[in-house]
Amino acid sequence: MSLTNEIIKTGLLEKFGDLLTEWGEPYGMLSFTAPGDQNLKVMNFLSEEFRFDFLTDLTAVHYPNRKGEELAVVYHLHNLVDNIRVRFRIYVPVEKPDVYTATGVFASANWMERETFDFYGVNFVGHPDLKRILNVDEMDYFPLRKEFPLEDQTRIDKDDDMFGR
Amino acid sequence: MTDHNNIRLPEGSIEKETTTLNLGPTHPATHGVFQNILELDGERVIRTESTVGYIHRAFEKIAERRPYYQITTLTDRLNYCSSPINNMGWHLTCEKLLHVKTPKRVDYLRVIIMELSRISDHLICNSIVGVDTGAYTGFLYVMQYREMIYEIYEEVCGSRLTTNMGRIGGFERNFTNVAFQKLEKFLIEYPKVLREFENLFTRNRIFIERTQGVGGISAERALSYGFTGPNLRATGVDYDVRVHSPYSSYEDLDFIIPVGTTGDNYDRYQVRNAEMWESLKIIEQAYRKVQEFKGAEAEVFHADVPAYYLPEKEDVYTKMEALIYHFKIVMGETDIPAGEVYNSVEGGNGELGFYLISDGGRSPYRLHFRRPCFVYYQAYPELIHGSMLSDAIVTLSSLNLIAGEMDA
Repeated sequence: MSLTNEIIKTGLLEKFGDLLTEWGEPYGMLSFTAPGDQNLKVMNFLSEEFRFDFLTDLTAVHYPNRKGEELAVVYHLHNLVDNIRVRFRIYVPVEKPDVYTATGVFASANWMERETFDFYGVNFVGHPDLKRILNVDEMDYFPLRKEFPLEDQTRIDKDDDMFGR
Repeated sequence: MTDHNNIRLPEGSIEKETTTLNLGPTHPATHGVFQNILELDGERVIRTESTVGYIHRAFEKIAERRPYYQITTLTDRLNYCSSPINNMGWHLTCEKLLHVKTPKRVDYLRVIIMELSRISDHLICNSIVGVDTGAYTGFLYVMQYREMIYEIYEEVCGSRLTTNMGRIGGFERNFTNVAFQKLEKFLIEYPKVLREFENLFTRNRIFIERTQGVGGISAERALSYGFTGPNLRATGVDYDVRVHSPYSSYEDLDFIIPVGTTGDNYDRYQVRNAEMWESLKIIEQAYRKVQEFKGAEAEVFHADVPAYYLPEKEDVYTKMEALIYHFKIVMGETDIPAGEVYNSVEGGNGELGFYLISDGGRSPYRLHFRRPCFVYYQAYPELIHGSMLSDAIVTLSSLNLIAGEMDA
């Protein structure tokens, strides 16, 4: 029997219970939210039980309006044997964005976490070489956070809420 | 009389010393802006530190301000050796978000274009490996045929390198007869060229000795490092997005996934070479299917989704509806559903993923590109550890690293 989203969800609920929230299947991909300190446990469980052994993508999203959990770190895992993907995210506060590093599980997490740190300032605890990767080393801010709009804030001739994110 | 005694150095003086060498960022042998600080023991690499980001252009930030149809131009500049694949990948992501179903003819036309770009991508990579092992001829020879591919692009969309091809829902115009004639000419002439290219390299002793057993990686390590595309398949893992999660009607077409065994430079070369033959097969099948459409179906080049498909300029000037939709799309008044979507295509060098979060606004809330070569380039120190400096150069080019894609 091939692996389905239902089986994965049941397995995760048995193991983690109420810790996992925000279940959904947008566009067919099983998605959920894990507590900030459970990311490695979820990843190891998915890897051991359901062979999610490939880290497709790791990135972050900034939600300035979610007080106390402004930064979301998003993991995309792939089970290449059954060809099924899963996505989960963890939320951390922007004041103390500490996340356990996944470099011990996936070698590919190294640069992806450096990129995430570079743009969002997520502090990956235990990362072997956490420093900027694409931006200059001297930069002292995290440019993909939403407090840096692309539009020049001094312009007064444009009035459109939808444009200047 | 020369005194030969001076080459006998005191014991323990130089053997333990290592040399630090800056390879790049603008070294001609790196074929792009890559910096590697190598620590050499004699001529062997014992430590590598890679620096990337020299051409970072903040695409993800720019994309958060642009309407969906304007992001296509950003994707061009990722892997510029096969920009149409990136363009189509972006359109497919938008279509997934918007639940747009494209007609079969559009799918097949896209397949033709994507496979042409795969050929041009692999062709450049393989011939560059040839250049780095000392054979310039192959590179110059195949350039002519990449030119033929570019002429087809030109006929389809008007530009060559950064194509900005297609729109959400299909193509901006139907393929002209000239485009099909050029495609036919390419299909007839290219196999001979590829065979001659193979004759030059595949059993060439110098080439084999420079590439075989160099820069190898095991399948386990490759998967852990997030390898995808030809580099992963060279290690023996048959993962191909076109087969595992088919898009754009790849499931209708018959082709195989070539795999290697050792994951070294020679296997990567062989896999790319075999993939070019498969691409030719795919193009032929898709072209035959395109020709089978009759009557009105043979004129279809976009999905019937006026709310998202940017109308033709001629219609904008003459038809009321087209003008309204044009205005709505350009001014960002289109209804975009809120949602979270990950979509990936098989790019020239691996799984090119688009992670898109829409909050219903005119531009994405967050767009992340999963760039294959950014992910697998971090394995480079491991690949060249203990090898000669000249092998490090060949490994660098056989990984098919594109600076534009890596730095986004």
